[in-house]
Amino acid sequence: MNVKYYPGCSLHSTAKEYDESTKAVFSAFELDIPEVSDWNCCGATSAHSTNGQLGIALAARNLAQADAEGADLVVAPCAACYSRLKKAAHHIRRRDSIRQMSEHALDYRFSRVPEVENLLEFMHRRITAAAIERKVKQPLKLKLACYYGCLLLRPAEVTGVADPENPRMMEDIMEALGASCVRWSYRTECCGANLSLTSSRLVVAMVKPIVAAAIDAGADAIVTACPLCQANLEMRRSSSQRIPVFYFTELMGVALGLHGTRRWLARHLVSTKMVFEKLKAGVEA
Amino acid sequence: MQLLDKSGTLTLDADFLERVKQASGQPLDLCYQCEKCSSGCPAAEFMDLHPNQIVRYIQYGASDLVLRSESIWLCSSCETCGARCPNGINMAEVMDVCREMALSRGIARGKRIVLFHRIFLDTVKSQGRMHEVLLLGKYKLMSGQLLNDLLVGAKMFLKGKLAILPPRLRGREQVRQIFSRTSRRRGGTS
Repeated sequence: MNVKYYPGCSLHSTAKEYDESTKAVFSAFELDIPEVSDWNCCGATSAHSTNGQLGIALAARNLAQADAEGADLVVAPCAACYSRLKKAAHHIRRRDSIRQMSEHALDYRFSRVPEVENLLEFMHRRITAAAIERKVKQPLKLKLACYYGCLLLRPAEVTGVADPENPRMMEDIMEALGASCVRWSYRTECCGANLSLTSSRLVVAMVKPIVAAAIDAGADAIVTACPLCQANLEMRRSSSQRIPVFYFTELMGVALGLHGTRRWLARHLVSTKMVFEKLKAGVEA
Repeated sequence: MQLLDKSGTLTLDADFLERVKQASGQPLDLCYQCEKCSSGCPAAEFMDLHPNQIVRYIQYGASDLVLRSESIWLCSSCETCGARCPNGINMAEVMDVCREMALSRGIARGKRIVLFHRIFLDTVKSQGRMHEVLLLGKYKLMSGQLLNDLLVGAKMFLKGKLAILPPRLRGREQVRQIFSRTSRRRGGTS
């Protein structure tokens, strides 16, 4: 199967550690997954909020780039990019008017529209928790709060997720790494997404209870699969909240003993030190 | 066709419901006000109109109230409302349509959010990708919010989280063409 990787803009800047840890996990499983060549911004919230056609066509250019390279599948680690690409693919396949609009905007005829998966789904479905478990070098003796946010799951008729209110993908992977996952009720709440910059007061009001619920549930750390979730949970919390927030690929890096882990974690705005102290204490005990 | 309600305070737009239904593809007349959308909405407490009220006003044809609301801009498109609607109304699609209509009529509230979207898309149009330093710098200058988040910005810079040089795409011309060949849905006025 021909698989291409669509990192998206955040993974080349604010979420560089998500990009690097993703690539490290790919190599650990001997997967050669190159970037979609000359990819562009998916349009994010700004395009679909102000011009629906633009939102579809910007995302469609990336599908066209992948199609031109013969890709069957595009994997996107960012929840927002995934949502834009997945929706564009969904509508282009089902509605002729949208296909025509996109093909006209791009001057390109799709031979076929590649499938789109988010990274979490890809690892869960194609690599599988069982294969991940076999590679664990240092079991992750931690209590984790898995946080999905919105766009990896909703709307279910587009994402195809079986249980959008109670997903298991991230828990399955974290448990394969040796962690235990806490039960908590904010797993699929919204982090405030791109309102963070323009309406930070609102986003603080959305993030604080999410972080508080994870702490109350007894978690040592929160795990995410989205650069916006990770950034908002770090930046828009209350200053008394100290719990670290990881990308799930970083924790795979820790448990699988992948090269570069320390460098990724050094980029976090909230220190990840206490988690490593706990891990070390667990090993010595 | 525009109508006034009996007290003469509200302009009603008789085919507003049809136009929003048509543009969004959502069965808005099925709504029976169970308010699940607003109960689950994480932004509802900050909204001037709750999502269920927006649906009701669309049914009334109160286009001014809907399109001039700040709510349509505070919606983060998290899609919780649509996931829980017993009548299969994807409210996020409705919000997108309302935002587009408000912009084409030039009556959009939520000025800072609209400004942010414009600068974001200008950046994508010229570079092909988003570039945070350019985006944040421009937004700060144009919104006058110079001092917000300076510390966190500095921290991100020091942690190597902000790329200095803007990306350059080979397909920038094609990206520009996408901008020129796509257009906003209209239908805000009758």
